[in-house]
Amino acid sequence: MISSRRSLAGSLLLLVSLIVGCFPEAHALPAFARKYGLRCSACHESWPMLNYFGQKFKDNGYQLMNDRDAPIWQNPSYWPVTFRITPIWHRVSTGRVAIDEGGGQNNGETRISSTGFDLSGLDFHTGGTLEKNFSFYVLPSSDSTATFHFETVMGRLDNLWGSSWLNVKLGKFELDNLLSEKRILTLTGNGGIYQTYHFIPVGDNNIFGQMGDNQLGLEYMGHSVDDRTRISAALISSSDGNIGLVTGANSYTGFFTGSQAFDAGRLGVERIGFYAMVGEAATTYRTSAGVPIPGSGIGNKSFSREGFVGQFYFGPHFDIDVVTQHGSDNVWFGQGFGNATNPSNGTPCPTSGPCGPNNTPGTVLPATARAPSWNGATFEAHYVYSPQLIFIGRYELERMSQQATVGNASNLGNIADYTIGYRYNPFMTSRAGFAWHNEYNWMHQDGTGPQPGQNLNSSELLIGFDFDF
Amino acid sequence: MRARLICSQWMCVAVVVAVSSLSGAQSTANQENQWMGIESHIGNLTGHAANAKDDYRRYCVGCHGDLGDGQGENAVWLDPKPRDFTIAQFKCRSTPTGTLPTDEDLFNTIARGLDNSNMPPWNTFTKVQRADLVAYIKHFSAKWQTEKPGTPIQIPPEPEVTADRIKAGQVLFKKLECWKCHGVEGRGNGPSADTLTDDLNRPIKPFDFHDGDRFKCGKSNADLYKIFMTGLDGTPMPSFADNVKPDEAWDLVFYLRTLQPMKTKEKEIARQLGLKPIDPNAPNP
Repeated sequence: MISSRRSLAGSLLLLVSLIVGCFPEAHALPAFARKYGLRCSACHESWPMLNYFGQKFKDNGYQLMNDRDAPIWQNPSYWPVTFRITPIWHRVSTGRVAIDEGGGQNNGETRISSTGFDLSGLDFHTGGTLEKNFSFYVLPSSDSTATFHFETVMGRLDNLWGSSWLNVKLGKFELDNLLSEKRILTLTGNGGIYQTYHFIPVGDNNIFGQMGDNQLGLEYMGHSVDDRTRISAALISSSDGNIGLVTGANSYTGFFTGSQAFDAGRLGVERIGFYAMVGEAATTYRTSAGVPIPGSGIGNKSFSREGFVGQFYFGPHFDIDVVTQHGSDNVWFGQGFGNATNPSNGTPCPTSGPCGPNNTPGTVLPATARAPSWNGATFEAHYVYSPQLIFIGRYELERMSQQATVGNASNLGNIADYTIGYRYNPFMTSRAGFAWHNEYNWMHQDGTGPQPGQNLNSSELLIGFDFDF
Repeated sequence: MRARLICSQWMCVAVVVAVSSLSGAQSTANQENQWMGIESHIGNLTGHAANAKDDYRRYCVGCHGDLGDGQGENAVWLDPKPRDFTIAQFKCRSTPTGTLPTDEDLFNTIARGLDNSNMPPWNTFTKVQRADLVAYIKHFSAKWQTEKPGTPIQIPPEPEVTADRIKAGQVLFKKLECWKCHGVEGRGNGPSADTLTDDLNRPIKPFDFHDGDRFKCGKSNADLYKIFMTGLDGTPMPSFADNVKPDEAWDLVFYLRTLQPMKTKEKEIARQLGLKPIDPNAPNP
């Protein structure tokens, strides 16, 4: 039992390490600012986070809708490309790391704290219009070792038949999350993502319900001219955005959103909405020499994520974003079935290890197996002192309501995550962005330490220059 | 001795100039602060200039500049140039030419944007934000302290479109010499088109009616009516309020609609009439 706990803790540590090593890619394009002559602050509450005007610009297919959006209006040498990278110093502290002691393996534990200078990955953003109402976005993104992948590749038909209610996007893109993880204002390993968008119960191996990851699919989106009303529906492959049809055939997920904004006078514009993610993913893979065959997945099982979102402004300087979530996975996912690819790179991997077991014919679930379900919420507050200085505070909580296995502690895997920070932009122009970024994150998870009942705590302090041009 | 005298005289002049410049600057700053108390009134809404300071800095300053003089960092790259709020001259008005617009005119312009320019529709703002920005725009010019907005022109109810009205509109198009700038087919290629400049002597192009269904100051028939009855101040587009009777102006609206690319009732009637472009050399009927 202890051994399996250690193995579990080791896996979690690996996951945390992977997250720590991968800073979020964010979309902020001085290329758009250069094209239109608007400062970053026109579209971003603080870049890369959008304000309402920026959201409308994005919803219009990166168009201001002033009949100057087509490339023909630009200098022929203009090419909408931007890079972003973040050199940092950070201190990462992770508790209860299983260590080898006295010749044994994983028989001890300790807190490991490390400090040093570091780099984020590098993003090359390019996006805009190919012609009026034909827009695109391509984002080759690297990790900090310059290994590139395509984070976003999409083409979009905008305002079909002259209607803002008819827009269709195809490719790999961020789901229509009002609180966008790709535009997150924080950069630490655990604070640089929304835990609510990525939560997976202990023992569960459904990687396909992660709303924060860019997904491959087709999206319909519609909005009112002033963007007060927004709706979207996406059909995506249940592959968590991994290319190459590596998971199952006919495994698809639907993602639906709707929101309405209201003019609240001096308070500002308030928005409330909902989202629902309903999908199926394979749990059974044909194997060759014990290795799952990419694309052979069948035995689809279901999962869902749904919740409410709100953007509440309390005057020009203070606002709070709220996202709630109720999530549930099929019982098979709860027992580790589901993913046949390596979570770090999407390649096929053996039926043991991080990929989980294979639901081959005759497989029987243990009597203690149950469908896991949970509730979560994210509260993110911003104090905008001025367009150049923003303070950020976030609290996230994830609470299991039903564990995947009878007998597990009811709070096993629960998360509390706190992040505070600020970003200061010493200058504001329409040519480039530069932020002095300072942030602290502390994360707590129940019961996932090496020993039964032990909790894991980790923290990170980060200071850096976040810039794009 | 004489050289010393001349030198001291120049020093006196320099001191006087410096002091007067200083007092001038002081006075400007005082006036600005005083004008910051200016309000706008749109229906029941009251906008306060002081409340819009942050929004102006966030959204507007890059083009219109810190001083509202249209000299923002991007102005050099833009065509048409950003509005200079210090001279308080605006194209899109409901008021007669040469007068200040109403607060509501500015309020609507912010939300609508200005087509074929870099001014986008800022319709994501709250009404309060827009009202505050209107007041802020007004605080840049002393004109708002000394003059009142003009009285909005009266627009008679829009009549039924008829073939006769469209033909009458075409006659007006020729008689008023709209074609000299806009061209006989309304393509913005009249004989004067290449010579036009605005009040600041910058080249300016006449509107091409084949370009789309939106005009600089709106897209409805009433907006089009207002454009040529109030004129676009600061541009060569004059007001025709003194040359056209209010009801006749609708005839011109209907004719201009036949020149646009979208399907309209006016265009269909013109097609049935077999309406040809005007001949500038033909005698007026």
